[in-house]
Amino acid sequence: MKKLLLTASVAALVAGALPASAETVRWARVSDALTLDPHSQNQGITHNFAHHIYETLVDRDVAGTLIPRLATEWALGDDPTVWVFKLRQGVKFHDGADFTAEDVVFSLDRARSDKSNMRQLHASVESVTAVDDYTVHVKMTGPSPLYPNNLTNTFIMDKTWTEANNAVTVQEAGSQDDNYAVRNTNGTGPYKLVSREVDVKSVLELNEAHWAETKPFVTKIEYTVISDAATRVSALLSGEVDFVQDVPVQDIERLSSSDGVTVTTGPENRVIYFGYKFGDAPLKSSNVTDKNPFNDPKVREAMALSIDRDAIKQVVMRGYSIPTGVATPPFVNGWTAELDKYPAPDIAKAKALLAEAGYPDGFTVTLDTPNNRYVNDEAISTAVVGMLGQAGIKVTLASRPIAQHSPLIQNAETDFYLLGWGVPTFDSAYIFNDLIHTKSGHYGAYNPGGYTNPDLDAKIQSLGTEVDVAKRDATIAEIWAVVQADRVLLPVHNQVLAYATKKGFNIAVHPENQPRIYEMTKD
Amino acid sequence: MSTTPPESAAQIAASTPPGWFRRAAQSDILYSFRRSPIAMVAAFVTAVLVLAAVFAPFIAPYNPFDPSSLNLMDGFTPPMSSSFAGNYFLLGSDNQGRDVLSTILYGSRVSLFVGISATLFALTLGTALGLAAGYAGGRIDSVIMRIADIQLSFPAILIALLIFGIARGIIPPSRQEGMAIAVLILAIGLSNWAQFARTVRGATMVERQKDYVSAARIMGVGRFTILFRHVLPNTLGPVLVIATIGLALAIIEEATLSFLGVGVPPTQPSLGTLIRIGQQFLFSGEWWILFFPAVTLIALALAVNLLGDWLRDALNPRLR
Repeated sequence: MKKLLLTASVAALVAGALPASAETVRWARVSDALTLDPHSQNQGITHNFAHHIYETLVDRDVAGTLIPRLATEWALGDDPTVWVFKLRQGVKFHDGADFTAEDVVFSLDRARSDKSNMRQLHASVESVTAVDDYTVHVKMTGPSPLYPNNLTNTFIMDKTWTEANNAVTVQEAGSQDDNYAVRNTNGTGPYKLVSREVDVKSVLELNEAHWAETKPFVTKIEYTVISDAATRVSALLSGEVDFVQDVPVQDIERLSSSDGVTVTTGPENRVIYFGYKFGDAPLKSSNVTDKNPFNDPKVREAMALSIDRDAIKQVVMRGYSIPTGVATPPFVNGWTAELDKYPAPDIAKAKALLAEAGYPDGFTVTLDTPNNRYVNDEAISTAVVGMLGQAGIKVTLASRPIAQHSPLIQNAETDFYLLGWGVPTFDSAYIFNDLIHTKSGHYGAYNPGGYTNPDLDAKIQSLGTEVDVAKRDATIAEIWAVVQADRVLLPVHNQVLAYATKKGFNIAVHPENQPRIYEMTKD
Repeated sequence: MSTTPPESAAQIAASTPPGWFRRAAQSDILYSFRRSPIAMVAAFVTAVLVLAAVFAPFIAPYNPFDPSSLNLMDGFTPPMSSSFAGNYFLLGSDNQGRDVLSTILYGSRVSLFVGISATLFALTLGTALGLAAGYAGGRIDSVIMRIADIQLSFPAILIALLIFGIARGIIPPSRQEGMAIAVLILAIGLSNWAQFARTVRGATMVERQKDYVSAARIMGVGRFTILFRHVLPNTLGPVLVIATIGLALAIIEEATLSFLGVGVPPTQPSLGTLIRIGQQFLFSGEWWILFFPAVTLIALALAVNLLGDWLRDALNPRLR
């Protein structure tokens, strides 16, 4: 206690006019932000860190609702292809420059430039213009009713600062590119970067001039990278860190029962599901060599009946998952409680269905699973191998790190696979575009099963330009009905996140796993 | 005409070669074995573990390699207690509801099979190359031994990982799991041949200078006959020692690869895979998932290693 008081008083002396409750939070994560250039990487951990330094036009709260940030209001203009953004007044960058419309125009143009990793989110933008100092018009190539959903991770930079430091060209993701903005920052956010040692530690300090009326109680953030799960947990238990964002499910109970640690859990906007090959071509990994068993609806139904989602929740996930019967998290527009229902396991019926389909003795197949991407991914797959085995489907498990698993998905080299899907736009169209639509062009990038349905494809494409919300929602419901009837995907559960903090510090679980330290509260 | 007195029975016995059993019973090796308590304990432990592994299907209360027999609700049962679903587990159950005892028995089978096969592979390859290098000399010797030197300058586990990675790249994804064990044996075997090659080469070079080899050559005995009938048997002593110690190393190497997640499929766990799975649950208190497989691995590797140590001393004429 004495030491704490001493530290606090020294800090107060050094900083001068700090608020009375100067407080440091040491935040531990599994990995570091990949870069500080805000448009270089469309990646969760990078955005999570950047949200403390830079700000976006719109943001999402912990319920997933769009909320104003640098834009105070937004609406479609008289021309339905133009989005009008009203900007917040009196905002200053960390270097003291004023935030105006020209910074927004500059940043959106930078975010949709060739080297930007954020450009697919702005693909339908035609031009961005500043009407006056605090109004921006974004002209779209066609009706784009959901465009503001795409803006939650597009950060606004200062035009003058970026130009003066020759950082107009974005650092290309995965390249050796470098620019001033990769290691230096000048945002409008609630914290300023003090120091940074890549992959080790970064220090942020409160921005006293920030526009928000309520000041965060955390005046200093020490962001530490601890990749090993056990080490991360012990660091919290021994008091070396105050906040661990990535807590393994098996350690939640242990941490909850320790004095001095609070564990908060909450649903993530991410569904875990299995997918399989459609089409007549025989599977590469099966003993059935003349046809594709998965192409038979009875086999797909038998698989759905074999999986005991509640047992997976109770044993593999230790209660930290939300079993589901539909491949969309509840946060997403289009989700309904009716779709979410899942069947009780019925092995006898599954066996009967397999026999009816012509596989009384089952068949063999290989299941590809990642082992370091989702919560207990390999353990979920191992459990499902056993459950399908009881119905007669003999599954060989191929477990790989995500770096080797992803190419199998992207190149459609898998017969049967596990994958997780997050929905940053909170709309079903994002799921349909990548998982359900026939693999072609911009669509179906994550449809390695090769499911194809031309009617459905037309409906999916219509969602992008439909402005009538009621009509659009009706189309979404129609698409889900077909997807469920055809059992295009075999969903297991929605992931649950766990955050652990030193007792006294409270932080809500963010559905996109993007918690903000400035929203942390203290008892 | 006087008759020569008949030879005594004792003399007859001494002149006729004794049966293999008697020969073994009177050998120096067995004498040394009976004088070494460590060797006896190590041999006993090895024998018990090997027999348990071989007869696993008859001993094990469950078959953990048959996924359809598993009940997830049996998961995380502590040792010596019954699960929620009513099954009894002497050493507890793991996160998938597998009986830890049965999994260790079946897992040791995988570990031993991979270890022994990989060692035999390394032994065959290394001995053949060592004989060729030692007998031929010159350029062939230089090339083979430089390759061996390069390989010995890397840790074996790195080479095994490299071979494993290349094999994975060549085999199409749909066949990879079926060939996982073969690839593992190949990777471990290829990372360990150099030791054998070095030893055999040294011994061959010594034997090559000896008169009996020169005599055989002058008599016109073929090169291969000389190598395999005359030289090879004289190099086998040290090879046997390396093979025993190499077996312990191969078992550990397999465990390491499986621990790193590049070995056997998780549905057919070896001891290393079991340890990898178990280490996730140390903090949450399910110690038995890690503890029993780890103790088994240590016991197996230590026992085989001690046997190898003893064999080295027993075969070393200077230490007799």
